[in-house]
Amino acid sequence: MEVELKQLNADLQFLSQSLPDPSHHALLCKIQLRVEELGKLAAAAPVRRSKVEDMSAEVVDSNPYSRLMALQRMGIVENYERIRDFSVAIVGIGGVGSVAAEMLTRCGIGRLLLYDYDKVELANMNRLFFRPDQVGLTKTDAAVQTLSDINPDVVLESYTLNITTVTGFETFMSSLTKKSFCPNKEGSGVDLVLSCVDNYEARMAVNQACNELSQTWMESGVSEDAVSGHIQLLIPGETACFACAPPLVVASGVDERTLKREGVCAASLPTTMGVVAGLLVQNTLKLLLGFGQVSPYLVRDGDVFFILLPELLQMGYNSLKDFFPTMQMKPNPQCSNVACLKRQEEYMLAKPARDAAAKAKMEAEVLSTEEVPLHDDNEWNISVVDDVELDGPDTRSSDVLPEGLTHELPSADEFHEATPDAPVADNDDLEDLRRQLEAINSA
Amino acid sequence: MEGWDPNTKSTLTQIPLLATKAGPRDGAAWTQRLKEEYKALIAYTQMNKSNDNDWFRISAANPEGTRWTGKCWYVYNLLKYEFDLQFDIPVTYPSTAPELELPQLDGKTQKMYRGGKICLTVHFKPLWAKNCPRFGIAHALCLGLAPWLAAEVPILVDSGMIKHKDDATTSTES
Repeated sequence: MEVELKQLNADLQFLSQSLPDPSHHALLCKIQLRVEELGKLAAAAPVRRSKVEDMSAEVVDSNPYSRLMALQRMGIVENYERIRDFSVAIVGIGGVGSVAAEMLTRCGIGRLLLYDYDKVELANMNRLFFRPDQVGLTKTDAAVQTLSDINPDVVLESYTLNITTVTGFETFMSSLTKKSFCPNKEGSGVDLVLSCVDNYEARMAVNQACNELSQTWMESGVSEDAVSGHIQLLIPGETACFACAPPLVVASGVDERTLKREGVCAASLPTTMGVVAGLLVQNTLKLLLGFGQVSPYLVRDGDVFFILLPELLQMGYNSLKDFFPTMQMKPNPQCSNVACLKRQEEYMLAKPARDAAAKAKMEAEVLSTEEVPLHDDNEWNISVVDDVELDGPDTRSSDVLPEGLTHELPSADEFHEATPDAPVADNDDLEDLRRQLEAINSA
Repeated sequence: MEGWDPNTKSTLTQIPLLATKAGPRDGAAWTQRLKEEYKALIAYTQMNKSNDNDWFRISAANPEGTRWTGKCWYVYNLLKYEFDLQFDIPVTYPSTAPELELPQLDGKTQKMYRGGKICLTVHFKPLWAKNCPRFGIAHALCLGLAPWLAAEVPILVDSGMIKHKDDATTSTES
């Protein structure tokens, strides 16, 4: 732009000198002034920052990562730069997903995979991230537009599809398993899947894919009345999957009838969406970068060492009472999802190895701490007793819920498959049945 | 099932229940499920016809039976209102119900999600979850779509959101 304007100015200069008729000089001067004006405007236009090769901790105004790298200096994160090796898939780029994507982009995540099939509408403007000038664009395209401007270092992949349809699901699965970004990593092609969708069907599709791929994922949601939400960590085989128990919702604690308006399917607030997105990404960072409170019973090996807060497993948020109910759920041994049962079996088989690793770690810790009595005499035999239960984590069975959580859907009634007359009807022909229906339809 | 009218209840009990828990990615088990879907749909359509309560046509739009298209209609004030009906069988079927779509009514009512997906959350989803995998497409139409039409079509007509096709043509002629 700048070069072209300079060229234009030079041409004008040449023209004004070579023109024999001086009466046009005034006009040429005017044009030259305008070109100069345009040059100034072009210089003021936003410029995209260039890519950054290495994250630097140098504290200068021009370093986009100085405040993030400071987490190392503060002793919160051991190696922040590791964030560039991680891939996160975000399913659903709506009120929660788009904000989560922006947060991870600003944190300098290595790669983001974005999935949505919707378009941006004016009705979305009560939430964060999308702008009115993006109305009509697909949410994935609009997100890539904004995110690549904010941080060009992040590798963005967008998938405009519905993951609940058969073809959409296949593309979803293959995109999660593609290992081009970090070929040396174990597991699937992504480190974490974030489900930010707004319906049960899509959640079940994410659950299915993650169970089949043994992929750790986090579920998030905001209630239809916009005043409560939840996040949940799901590790196939280790924690309850989404099909193990009917989905939980945070009881609002306020009479439901005063909240549910006739005729409106869903309300939304930028505040609740922002809180849930914040909780989700905070826990994503804790999980990926391994910081936060050390919990002895949720340590996972592999190339990434996960240390989790026990509360991280399921957290609700009730904005009307500023209340965060939390719970853990064990997987359901009678889960209806076949892939979930397979993962549960694998997890059980790996138990001896896991116990041995935990024991070795404990012994190493005991050795490193010298046993010196705190006080030389203890005249009254005073001892400090841990108030944590000794018999392990307080894991509840999925049908006992803590205060503030209720089931959204009932579980399926007892179903006996062993009805003897059911499989006998197998000799019908599908094509024949199809023709029968057509015949009735056209009759 | 409290709160449902006795007519729907008795119809429901006559639709054959399904037995195979299989979705479109389950190969031979899905073919078996599809057979059961057809049987239930045939029985339900026949029953509607013999009770003079015929109200939909539906058939598979692809050989795999994962996409279905057809019509449904509702009679209000002696006038018949007909709509296109379509839906996909989700990959997680039958754990999740098909999302029934009436694309012509998209944007005309608040009881609908984008793309014309009718809102089934309160009156139907809990029933489907409770009866998985015994309920199929026929049950979704009987308990999901039929009550939705009965509740929404009168409102849509009375508010002028939809017009009967005869009215629409006469108004353009005059």
